[in-house]
Amino acid sequence: MFWVNVKRVWRAGLINFWRNGFVSVASILVMSITLFVVGSLVFNNALLQSSLDDLKNKVDINVYFITTASEEDILTFKKTIESFPEVALVGYVSRDEALVQFKARHEDDQLILQALDEVGENPLNASLNIKAKDPSQYGSVADFLKQNPLMSQEGTPLIDKVNYSQNKAAIDRLNDIISSSRKSNLARTLVLILASLAVAFNTIRLAIYVTREEISVMRLVGASKTYIRGPFIVVGLIYGLVSALLAIIAFYPITYWFGPLFYPLPVFLTKDVVSELHLFQYYISNFVQIALIIVGCGLALGATSSFLAVRRYLKV
Amino acid sequence: MIYFDKVTKKYADETRALDGVTFTIEPKEFVSIVGHSGAGKTTILKMILAEETPSTGSVFFESVNIHDLAPRLLNGYRRKIGTVFQDFRLLPHKTTFENVAFAMEVAGHTDEEIESDVPHVLELVDLGHKLWNFPHELSSGEKQRVAIARAIVNQPDVLIADEPTGNLDPISTFEIVQIFKKINDLGTTVILTTHNKGVIDFLKRRVITMDAGKIIRDDKHGHYIL
Repeated sequence: MFWVNVKRVWRAGLINFWRNGFVSVASILVMSITLFVVGSLVFNNALLQSSLDDLKNKVDINVYFITTASEEDILTFKKTIESFPEVALVGYVSRDEALVQFKARHEDDQLILQALDEVGENPLNASLNIKAKDPSQYGSVADFLKQNPLMSQEGTPLIDKVNYSQNKAAIDRLNDIISSSRKSNLARTLVLILASLAVAFNTIRLAIYVTREEISVMRLVGASKTYIRGPFIVVGLIYGLVSALLAIIAFYPITYWFGPLFYPLPVFLTKDVVSELHLFQYYISNFVQIALIIVGCGLALGATSSFLAVRRYLKV
Repeated sequence: MIYFDKVTKKYADETRALDGVTFTIEPKEFVSIVGHSGAGKTTILKMILAEETPSTGSVFFESVNIHDLAPRLLNGYRRKIGTVFQDFRLLPHKTTFENVAFAMEVAGHTDEEIESDVPHVLELVDLGHKLWNFPHELSSGEKQRVAIARAIVNQPDVLIADEPTGNLDPISTFEIVQIFKKINDLGTTVILTTHNKGVIDFLKRRVITMDAGKIIRDDKHGHYIL
C-alpha cells in the first residue's frame, strides 16, 4: 500500500501542477528570480574572490642586498625564508638580471641609459622578492628580517633595505579592504537570500492559500495529513526543479554577453588589476557545482515552502 | 450508535452554540435537524465529524468518545462517515470521477476497486455520463449528486448532510431527497439539517427541532414546526 500511495501522491502532484496552470507559471517565475539571485551570489563571490586574489598577488616585499653580497649567501638566505610557513614564494633577482630588467624598462629613456654607462659598473642590487600566502602575514616576515639581518663573515650587514615600511600603508589598507569586502559581501548575500526566500515562500503560500477549502474537505473525507501534504510537496519540488532549470539556462547567455561588464568590480577598478576571470568561462568550468547549488536550493525551497504552507491548513 | 451527552459548546465571546444537548441516534435512523440560523444544527454535525470539540459533555460513536481519538484513528473514524455540504465542497481541479475516487484512495482501496466502484456509484446518482467533467461544468444539482456519490462510495455507517438542498431548485431538491431516502433504505444512518419545510414533511421521519443551542422538540414522525 505504501508504494501505491507514493504513486498516487506523485500522480496527484503532477496533475495539480498541470491543472493549476496560471498559479504554477506565476510561482515558477517568482522562484526563478529567487534562484537567479542565489546563482548571482555565487558569481558575485567568485568575482570578489578573484579580484581579491589579483590584488593579493600584487603585494610583495623586496629585500635589496648590498652590491658586495655574494650570491651564495643570498641563496642560503632565500632557502631560510622559503622554509617559513607564511611564505608562498621567494624569487631571486641577481644584479645582472636587475640590470637587464632596468635597461628594458628604460629603453626609451636615453638620459638614464647614458647615466648608467657613465657609472661604468653595475650599480644595481640583487634582491629577493617575497610573496606571503596572505597579505596579513607580511608583518611577521618583515619582523624576522628586522630581527635576523643577514650578516657577512666580517659582521657587516648584507641587506641594504627592505621595502616593507614603504608598502606597509598600502598592505594594511588592502587588508582592511579585503576584510570589509568579505564582511559586507556576506551581509549582502544573507540579506538577498533571505529576501528572495521570503518572496518565494509567500508565493507558494499564496498558491496553497487558494486551496485551503480543498484541504479541509480532504481532511473531512478522512485523508491523513501525509496523504494531503504529499501532492503539495510534489508540486513544490516541480516548481523548484523547473525554476532552477530556467535560472541555469538564463545564466548561459547572461554570463556570455554581460560577463565582461561585471569585472573588475568597480571598487577595485585600477589599471594594474587585470582580470583573469571571465564569468562565462567560470560558469562553464564550474557548471556542475553551480547547477547543483541552484537545483538543490530550488528543490529545498519548493518542498519546505509547501510543507510549511500546507501545515497551517491541516489543523482540522 | 451516536450519543450526545449534555454537550455544550461555548465560544470565546461566551456565545453558546450548544447548551446541554443530549440525544441518541440509533443505527439505520433517518434524522432531520431543523431550526433557525444559529440554532446549533451545523455545530451538531461538526461535533459528529470531530471538526469541533465540546466545551463540556461528550459525543460517543459506537460507545467511543470521538474527541478522545488519536489523530491517526480520527482519519479512520471519519471514513465511516459520509458528508454532504450545502456548498458541495468538491475538489475543483478534480473531475467527477477523481472527486469520488479520492474518497476511496484515502480509505486504502486498490486501483482496480476504484475503477470498478466509482462508475457504479456515479450511475446510482445518475451521473454515469459525466465521469470526466470538472465541477465548474456541472449544474448545482449535479454537483450535489457528485458530493453524495463521494459520501457513500465507501459505504459509510452514517451519512450527514448539512443543508444539502439549500442551493438547489425544487426539482433537484426532490431528486436529492429521494437519493437520501434510498441510501437510508439500504441501511445507512442519515442525519440531515435543513430549513426546507417541504423536505421534512415529505420524509415523515424523526425531526429534532433546535432553538438557541437547545433541543426544543424531538418527534418520531415529525413535521416542520417552528
